[in-house]
Amino acid sequence: MIHPNGPDSLLVIVPALNEEGAIAGVVDSIHKHVPGVPVLVIDDCSRDHTSARAREAGADVLNLPHHLGLGGAVQAGYKLAYELGFHYVIRVDGDGQHDPRDIPRVFDKLKQSGCEMVIGSRFSEPTGSDTSMVRGLGIRFFRAVLRPILGKPVLDPTSGFVGVNRTALGVFAGSFPLEYPEIEALVVLQRRRFRFEEIPCKMRPRYTGRSSITALKSLYYIIHVLLGVFVNVLKFERRLHRAAPPEEGG
Amino acid sequence: MDRLLNVTTVLSIVLLIMVLASVRRAHIRVEYSVTWLVAAGAMLVLSRARPVLDLFRRLTGLPDTPLTLFLLAAGVFLMMFFRFSVIISHLRDDNIALAQRVAILEYHIQSLRNHES
Repeated sequence: MIHPNGPDSLLVIVPALNEEGAIAGVVDSIHKHVPGVPVLVIDDCSRDHTSARAREAGADVLNLPHHLGLGGAVQAGYKLAYELGFHYVIRVDGDGQHDPRDIPRVFDKLKQSGCEMVIGSRFSEPTGSDTSMVRGLGIRFFRAVLRPILGKPVLDPTSGFVGVNRTALGVFAGSFPLEYPEIEALVVLQRRRFRFEEIPCKMRPRYTGRSSITALKSLYYIIHVLLGVFVNVLKFERRLHRAAPPEEGG
Repeated sequence: MDRLLNVTTVLSIVLLIMVLASVRRAHIRVEYSVTWLVAAGAMLVLSRARPVLDLFRRLTGLPDTPLTLFLLAAGVFLMMFFRFSVIISHLRDDNIALAQRVAILEYHIQSLRNHES
């Protein structure tokens, strides 16, 4: 069983669905580059041997009883980490796209900056791009949408390579977007006046399999995420108004 | 027109019987059957009370009575679909929370077993 060790305890969580070809390599790589840090693979009810491969590679595995989707899987990991008392959690995708060599940099940034979330960004500058055209267009669109909401630019709002501290962990353990959570999670944090930072990270091609976001799903993705963003904005604006003291003589 | 109202009357009665039979066999919970019973009852009343339907037609300014009946029925069922979407959303949230809790508890149980052995 994983245990937090000390005040800077870090847990790496890896949500995975049907990643038996990649998961052992991901876990091995994490152990190699951040030795001594526990790894928790959240198996979102895979139909293959993802869970067994992860366990063989030395990870702890949280087996979901049925498929919950990415957000539900990540939140399950956040809940367990919060209950066990971890202070920092870094999420790495189970398909091998995120390079575990960047984990120490994300962790250092989390500790040094004191901000609630650090995003490993595939871009080092707004014009930089090493992703597909469809995804690149989507990222540019959401950059423009999020800029006024967040009050600062975000280069890679769709990145799943994310580290959070215990404050954000507590929030996400209670409430977390269930589908396509990355962008909505940013809005949830900003509305609570939490801070985030981005650091450039290297993204690799997937070890195996294909992305779950196909061209046909892109339109649904955009509508779904846009709706989620604005619902979160409105929800928190209403709370802010309710919490505001009544004006005198009004 | 009368034939259309007779058809909607029969449909309403069939719906009422189906819902009551489902409640009796516990295929549908009583709290969810109420919405269906009210909708079927409303359809039955509108189908048999022509003056009420004509009143609605005059109030809404629609050109004919069948269209009024169709729009009323569509409105009632749209409201029901919305209500069921709300219920399904709550159930999904509860279901996700339960699945996560089950997974976490199983993880703790497995850890205890490993510790004992």
